Parts: sequence; C-alpha cells; structure tokens
Amino acid sequence: MKRSLGAILFFVVAVAAWEAACRARLWSPVLVPSPDSVAQYLWASLLDGTLLSAAAVTMKRLLLGYAFGIALGLPLGLLTARFKLLNDTLGLIALGLQTLPSVCWVPLALLWFGQTESAMFFVVVMGTLWSVIIATDNGVRNVPPIFSRAARTMGSKGLHTWLHVMLPASLPFVVSGMKQGWAFAWRSLMAAEIYVTILSGFGLGHLLHYGRELNAMEQVIAIMLVIIGIGLLADKVLFSPWERYLHRRWGTARN
Amino acid sequence: MTLQSELRNETPSKLSVRNVSKRFRSGARVTQALGDVSLDVGEGEFVCLVGPSGCGKSTLLNIIAGFEEADSGTVLTDGQPITGPGRDRMVMFQEPALFPWLDVLDNVLFGLKLKPGLTPAERLEVARFYLQLVGLEKFAKAYIHELSGGMKQRVTLARALAPNPRVLLMDEPFAALDALSREQLYGDLQRIWAERRKTIVFVTHNVREAACLGDRVLLFSPNPGRIREQFTVDLPRPRDINSVSLATHATEIMRALKSHDATAAQEVAE
Ligand SMILES: Nc1ncnc2c1ncn2[C@@H]1O[C@H](COP(=O)(O)OP(=O)(O)O)[C@@H](O)[C@H]1O
Ligand SMILES: [Mg+2]
Repeated sequence: MKRSLGAILFFVVAVAAWEAACRARLWSPVLVPSPDSVAQYLWASLLDGTLLSAAAVTMKRLLLGYAFGIALGLPLGLLTARFKLLNDTLGLIALGLQTLPSVCWVPLALLWFGQTESAMFFVVVMGTLWSVIIATDNGVRNVPPIFSRAARTMGSKGLHTWLHVMLPASLPFVVSGMKQGWAFAWRSLMAAEIYVTILSGFGLGHLLHYGRELNAMEQVIAIMLVIIGIGLLADKVLFSPWERYLHRRWGTARN
Repeated sequence: MTLQSELRNETPSKLSVRNVSKRFRSGARVTQALGDVSLDVGEGEFVCLVGPSGCGKSTLLNIIAGFEEADSGTVLTDGQPITGPGRDRMVMFQEPALFPWLDVLDNVLFGLKLKPGLTPAERLEVARFYLQLVGLEKFAKAYIHELSGGMKQRVTLARALAPNPRVLLMDEPFAALDALSREQLYGDLQRIWAERRKTIVFVTHNVREAACLGDRVLLFSPNPGRIREQFTVDLPRPRDINSVSLATHATEIMRALKSHDATAAQEVAE
C-alpha cells in the first residue's frame, strides 16, 4: 500500500513538473508538448475513434502473426529437441536469427511482399517464431528424465509421451519464450508500421508517423504513451503472472 | 475386464536376476557399476537392498525396471526375460515424479488411461480406490505443489499401484522426507503390502529402514557393485521402526557393513 502510494506520488510530481516546465516556456511546445495538450489529443482521438481503430488494426496484425508464430514454433521446437540433426541445423538457424533484431526483417519483407498486410504478417512472425522455437527446445531439455521414465512404466510412448508429458512439462519455459516472442513481435511491428505506409489499415505506428509529418508533437508523445501502455499491460497482466504461477506450480522457479 | 477383476490383486511375480553386470564409461574412466549380480526374489517377497552410495543399487533397479540394459546376464519375471519398461513393474523414485499440470486424481489416472479394457467410470473408481488406500481421497482435486513431501510420495505410491503391477521397484522413496512422515509411511507401506501383496524391491541406504521393511536385506558393496551378504528379518509385522528387536537386527547388519568397508559404512545411516 505504502509502496504504491509512493509510486503514485512520484508520477503525479513528475507530470506536474513537466507541465510547470512547459508553462515556464523552458522549451518550445513544438519540441516538447505539455501533458495537458497530450491528454487533450488522447481524449479527442478516443472520442472520434481514430485511436481505437488504429489500436484494433495493430492488435489484429500482432495477434495474427503471433498466433501463427506460436503454432509453427511449438512443433518445430519439439522437433529440434527430439532430433539431433534438426537441432544441429534448424536449432542453429533459430539461435542465430533470434539474435537478429527483428526490425532487420522490415526491408526484406518490403522487397518480398511490397507494402501489404503480408509484409506486416511476415515481420511479426519472424519476431515470434525463433524465440518460441528456442524456448520450447530449451523447455523440453529441462524436463526431468524421471518424468519420461515414470510415463514409460505406465505404458506411455512415442507421440503420447510428447503430447501428454514433454509438452506440458516444458510449459513454463514455453510461456517465457512466448513472452519474449511477444516483446520482439511488438517492437518489430511498430518499426514496420512507422516505416511502411499501407493502405489496407492504419495502425498505431502510422499515427505516430503522421504525427511527426504534421509536426504534431502531442500526437507523437500520446501514441508513444499508448504503445508503452499496451506493452506494460501485456507484460504485467498477461505474461508475468502466468509465467510466475507456472514456474511455482511446476517447481521450476529460479530464485 | 470388469471392475471386480481389476481390483482383484494381480498375483505377484517371481523375479530372478542372473549374472547381471554393467559398466559405465564416462570419458576415460570406466565404472563397474555391477559385477556379476545374481538374486532371486520370491512371489510377494519384500527385499531391501542396502549399501553405501555408488554401489550400483539404482543401476540394478533400473535394469529390472527396463530403463537400462545389462551388459551381460538376464532378468526374468516369472521366467520371461524383460525387454523394457512395463506396467507389470512400477517404479518409485526418491523424487516424486508426479505431473504438476495434473491434479492428484488425474496423476493416478494417468497410467489407468493407458491400460486397455476399462471404461472411464471404472478407471475413476479404481483411482479413487487407491487414493483411499493411501489415505488421500480428500485431496483428489489438489495440485501437486500444494502437497507436503510425504503426501506426494503417497500419491506416487497410489499412481504406481493403480495399474495393478506385479512388482514394485522403489529407489530410496522416503530418503528426502522428514522423520515423522517417514515413520508414518513405514506403517502404511507395510499395511498396503499386506493388503495388495506385491513383490517389492526396495533400495535404501538406511539400515534401520531396511530392517523395518524387508523380509530379506541384501548388503551391497561397491567396485564392482555386488551382493556381499544377506540377512533374513523374521520379526512379526507390522513392525515398529523404534522397537528394540528391530534395533538388534539393524545393529547386526550395520556391523556386517562395517566389516566389509569401514569408510563406506560412515555414509550409511543407522
Ligand atoms: N549413467 C551413468 N553414467 C556413468 N556412470 C554412472 C551412471 N549411472 C551410474 N553410474 C556410476 O555407477 C555407479 C553405481 O551407481 P548407482 O547405481 O547410482 O549407485 P547407488 O544407487 O548404489 O548409489 C556409481 O559409481 C555411478 O557413478
Ligand atoms: Mg541410487
């Protein structure tokens, strides 16, 4: 309680100082807009629907690519954990490509798909896929060998063991990979939206881009805040509690 | 198969281990984990293997379970050579190996679902029967991380018993528990064994535990792993781990252990 009170106080003071500095004209409002004007933009764009529809376009792209990346990454991760040859080939590729900042996929996506939804989809998938493969592979390798031994004595083998033992046993690691994949996909989608104008949908990144074109700094800052908000929400509400819970229940918590 | 016939106990197996040896190679070092071990376990007999750590007890158990292959020699259950793991020989390890994504009941059901010839309702009834046997029927819906160490091993025991095996292989199943839970489990295991009559091979490095549970106690010694001596414990059951007559047997086994290997004996709890 005391802790959250301190945090609230900190943010109130920070925003007040920002507002005071703007009123004292410490810098030009073209470079740093006041919190007041940012709030006004947020409110107006919320009312006229631009913010929500842009957020919806962005989230749809993200979820589509993300779901596909997971659906592809999970089985591939299981396969690299199972087959040595796949681990030496695909596993190595995944490891290499995961270190590549996913923004780097944008030029290639443009070249291959042009200014289309497919380019966006491709970038998000590339952001998700490699993290999920590596996390799944790592999760399977961390499954205690006595799990599969116990399963074998009870008559489980082959695909049954993989679906009913190996996959659920590696779930905490898979969720960690999903969290990382989400973060990568989110970053790369923003970069793609800022650099690539496409007609089929106007996302948050585009709002940010046009804010700059129009020198509407309050729009730029406001959209940045929205992007931060969505990122925080995904991490704090969606992934981290789930991740913590799974590690605790599975007994894989790393203290 | 009907529920009655499923709950009727399978007749326990006769186990024979014939001239089994096993070596492990790690890098340049070669360990003779087992050197020509032979042993017979009668139907429904409770045999304890005792010895300092590293003398090949787990290796022998893993070979009987079918997890590992012997370099030479054979293991027979009722005259048939074993070819791999099977639900006629269930195993319990020191760590519970319960599946944390399932609740207690579903853990016990795991092996039953893989056993052909039962309807879902019958499986459920069988699982509940064994949970009751280990005294955890109230915890059917609990998750594994909510249980104490002793309760986890009870669930593991129920899960191992549920497919109605003929042999139970136990590798230091109580070693990680506190003394109180352990004493309770000694009582429960003896009661369950009297009721369900399994052939049990029980590995421990606790001499008193071995004397409490075993009809026979086999003393192992390392390098190469082999059976040095055996003791018959003919005390009436159920046995109390703290009784004087049991302590006498334990002392005798301990003395034998020390005479074989003074340094190894220090590792073994009395
Ligand atoms: N997979 C393995 N690889 C190499 N050495 C092993 C392996 N398993 C067991 N050993 C060795 O074999 C010996 C017997 O081990 P083990 O059967 O686990 O003994 P115990 O259960 O009596 O403590 C030990 O020296 C151990 O280091
Ligand atoms: Mg051992």
